[in-house]
Amino acid sequence: MTGSRFASGGLIDRKKPITFQYDGMRVQGFAGDTIASALMASGHQIVGRSFKYHRPRGINSAGPEESGALFTVGDNANRTPNVKGTIAEIHDGLIVRSQNAFPNVRYDVGAVNGLIAPFLSAGFYYKTFVGPFSGTRFWMMFEYFIRKAAGLGVASRDADPATYDIAHHHCDILVVGAGPSGLWTAVQLAEAGQSVMLVEQDFACGGQLLSRNNARDAAFIAEMQSRLTRAGGRIMVRTTAFGLYDGLVTGLVERVTDHLSAPHESLPREIFHIVRPQQIVLASGALERGLAFGNNDRPGVMLAHAVARYAGRFGVSAGQSCIMATSHDGTYDDALQLAESGMQICVLDARPCHTDAQEVAKRVGLDVLFETVPVQVAGGRGVAGLEVGMCDSDGVVHSDNRMIGADVVGMSGGYSPVVNLLSHRGVKPVWDADIQAFRTGPTTEAIQVVGSADGFYDNEACLASADVAVSHILRPRRRDAETDIFRGWQTPAMPLFEINIQGRSLKSFIDPQHDVTTADIRQAHSEGFVSVEHMKRYTTLGMATDQGRMGNILGLATMAEARNMPIAESGITTFRPPFTPVSIGVLAGRSSGADWWPTRRTPMHDTHLSAGAAMMDAGYWKRAWYYPQNGETMDDAYIREAAIVRQTVGMVDVSTLGKIAIQGPDATEFLNQIYINAFAKLPVGKARYGIMLRDDGHVMDDGTTWRLSDDEYFMTTTTAQAGPVMLFLEELLQTRMTNLEVHVSSVSDYWAGIAVAGPLARQVLTGALPALDWSNDAFPFMGVQSAELNLGGAVIPFRAARISFSGERAWEIYVPADFGNVVWAHLAEHVALAGGSPYGMEALGTLRIEKGHVTGAELDGRVTLEDAGFARMASKTKPYIGSVLRKRPGLMDEARPRLVGIFPKDRSKQFGTGAILCEPGAVSGFGKGWITAVTHSPAFGHWIGLGFVSGGYDAWHDKTVMIADPVRGVTIEGEIVSPHMFDPEGGRQNG
Amino acid sequence: MLRLDCPVCGLRDHDEFTYLEDGSITYPKLTNENQDDWFDAVYLRENPRGRHVEKWHHTFGCRTVLLVERDTLTHVIGKIKPAHPKIAAALKQPATAKKRS
Repeated sequence: MTGSRFASGGLIDRKKPITFQYDGMRVQGFAGDTIASALMASGHQIVGRSFKYHRPRGINSAGPEESGALFTVGDNANRTPNVKGTIAEIHDGLIVRSQNAFPNVRYDVGAVNGLIAPFLSAGFYYKTFVGPFSGTRFWMMFEYFIRKAAGLGVASRDADPATYDIAHHHCDILVVGAGPSGLWTAVQLAEAGQSVMLVEQDFACGGQLLSRNNARDAAFIAEMQSRLTRAGGRIMVRTTAFGLYDGLVTGLVERVTDHLSAPHESLPREIFHIVRPQQIVLASGALERGLAFGNNDRPGVMLAHAVARYAGRFGVSAGQSCIMATSHDGTYDDALQLAESGMQICVLDARPCHTDAQEVAKRVGLDVLFETVPVQVAGGRGVAGLEVGMCDSDGVVHSDNRMIGADVVGMSGGYSPVVNLLSHRGVKPVWDADIQAFRTGPTTEAIQVVGSADGFYDNEACLASADVAVSHILRPRRRDAETDIFRGWQTPAMPLFEINIQGRSLKSFIDPQHDVTTADIRQAHSEGFVSVEHMKRYTTLGMATDQGRMGNILGLATMAEARNMPIAESGITTFRPPFTPVSIGVLAGRSSGADWWPTRRTPMHDTHLSAGAAMMDAGYWKRAWYYPQNGETMDDAYIREAAIVRQTVGMVDVSTLGKIAIQGPDATEFLNQIYINAFAKLPVGKARYGIMLRDDGHVMDDGTTWRLSDDEYFMTTTTAQAGPVMLFLEELLQTRMTNLEVHVSSVSDYWAGIAVAGPLARQVLTGALPALDWSNDAFPFMGVQSAELNLGGAVIPFRAARISFSGERAWEIYVPADFGNVVWAHLAEHVALAGGSPYGMEALGTLRIEKGHVTGAELDGRVTLEDAGFARMASKTKPYIGSVLRKRPGLMDEARPRLVGIFPKDRSKQFGTGAILCEPGAVSGFGKGWITAVTHSPAFGHWIGLGFVSGGYDAWHDKTVMIADPVRGVTIEGEIVSPHMFDPEGGRQNG
Repeated sequence: MLRLDCPVCGLRDHDEFTYLEDGSITYPKLTNENQDDWFDAVYLRENPRGRHVEKWHHTFGCRTVLLVERDTLTHVIGKIKPAHPKIAAALKQPATAKKRS
């Protein structure tokens, strides 16, 4: 027999029928149903297959602890695997599929895995790595089939089309869980003036009260919600607090649209809320756990309270006759409620008859069998009956093969407080023998635990525990006398985990999702994996998507018993975030695609685009790569642009360079300490090329620094190192150089930079910027001048320095960023009149490679002054950052790779960046060096490169080098030349 | 997430800050040419369990370099002060308006 809907009752809206698709079938439910409740009401009992053995799985809970009812929800790219049907709501048009079965869950060919179960026992995966098959093709074959047969849902391989968002919050109090304890705590704190956020993973508030479906509880829930809202509290449903982090920062995921059939397009699918509360109240409740007995994984076996919850909340009868197997008082309320709804109920209580609840049950005529426990379920695809046994006071079970007829078995081994969130904070749970469960240990953080999350199972006790927490929060100085609220149940629960009968081998599951049985635990014990953390990894207990919520304690108890020690000593594994699975997309929020990282555009960005530039990424920056004309290829374009710079004049956007204003009476001394070369005598109106090292003696960055006045400098850095250099300077000034009166400010975004380079640069600038005399005498190499440009009535200040990265006669012009576009356009006109053109990064690269000027490709953080050929620049008379450690013997080794230029021996040949440099006949390993940059040089008419090779030019100038590119399968002969390949005397830039 | 109470800006998330290094390191004077002294300062680090001084930079804030006491075992943050003694002294003066957020 299978489930059905009661004629009335439940918190569903019977006026709002909802139709969805399940494995291609149309299933009807009502508003307020979950996938699981709708499927159960429609008579679907087998809804999944287990991970290894493909045993049929039914719905076994009514919450996040579910390990059977896992579905793939949605279609195509919107597909989400492993959705817990016990949480997910239905809506019209929802597409639900069962998982891990072929052709379907009801007839699954993978079930033959059950026949080879002996070979798939605990640790089977690890064992295949050793023994006769290890490392063989057999192993590979096994692995392939095991992987194919084992598993859960399959994620879509398409990009996730959904949008996500991230929100930030501050509040006084965050209350996790909107059961009676959470609601009561939140209301009192909010009415006392605290700003309160109450989060609930369910789509309705009420927690356990929702299972009862009586008018008094419904009124309480409604009153609490309205009072909380009136007092300014915020209630968030469908929101899971998945992790607790340092500083009480809490991660929440709110599921915004998954329950809607036609969500508004502006809504994100989920929101990641980052909350920074002053205090946290955990009212996260307790989860029921099962019992280990034979075939306890059969569809129709479920948690006892879940049977009552489906009846009370969803108006669904799980079957006609139900056996409720328990070891504590808590199940009696459930049994009474189910009996009232018309189900035939029989309670198996492992304890002798003596408690109040039992008396009541007897009085109302509930069928109760004392000292009786479940032994083995009869039936393969469902419950056909239950073999029961007698349990004596020592927990020893005897079976006389008595069968009881039933189509549903509810089981309850007690409740486990949800201690996960405090466990995230490193608080170890401690075993409380009185309630037979782990409770949270003490914490020094501002976190209170209330209600069943702290082992208070009686409703009055829950509210009393909430009162204590409220008092602690509102009156922290007044320590209330140790409260004496009663935990657990009136009559002690009996420790009951596994039903074991001497001489019989029962298949008793403790992790039905990962197919872990008590036999696997004992095997782990006998093979030495006795620590709970080892046991977990060896058997995979609790490592499935439900994280072992129903069975973990059973596994721990089984191991404790095998080790002959109390559970309190064998301990519990550590819970880590997330509490329930979190989609990767929501953690990324909007940071995906083009927004994966920030986009930086230079002030002239749009101008480059309208000039038809192809753009490239340089870190966060978008930079003009090349300006193709008449359908040119990149190679055609950059070679033309580079040639034009050498022949007439070109201009390039250099706004991305880091720019730092260095000001103060000690600015000169500061520069003298951070640069390897002397700055003490740099006159006002001059720039100097400087190199700075890290403390460890490696090159950090290079750039020019301009002296604007006695106590003000303008430093430029490379684009890539702008941030690190700025930070390093600030660190030095605030820690090691605190005696210097210097202020540094990043002005990178304030100035737009344009370099004008080429033989006709002087002519262009004289025409375009007439305020200055650009002649060699007035503006010599390394000169710095400031002036204004009067353009269409606007007076635009600019500063210029005669510096050259291209090796041509060149100036860098800086104007305030807002004027970047107009000044670029103005200069471009004059450049065009002189027969020149703008050039992009690729041509810039060509020009600097021809000159042997280094960039980040060469200065990669591993390079010394000697390696890069800068050693002669280093001052011998002053100390500077890195001056001591750069002289370590290993760094002074003559055989270190040194910067060189590279020509192909056959000038028609091409070679690539990343190739290694080897001796002829010894193309192997890492070689003797590598290539950092290549280009086709218009000046030489062939390919050239820069790189590093052991010993440098001196060791190689008369030898042949092999340029080996094993990745592309090309090796050619090359020759090593000086890195200063073009115009080594510098006549062009100085003239 | 660690939350650092910046003496200039107030309590902020750690992602506004950049961790620099062990705050207990004293670097040799630039004029010190002893390689061993520099080697110790640049490379050798204790790995203490418990309270530890760290250097952080409020990169997306006031850009002050801060000395932060952090317990490496519990992540509990202790005293936070600017590394520059003059900045620290200036913030201590009652006339200085302290902004909290």
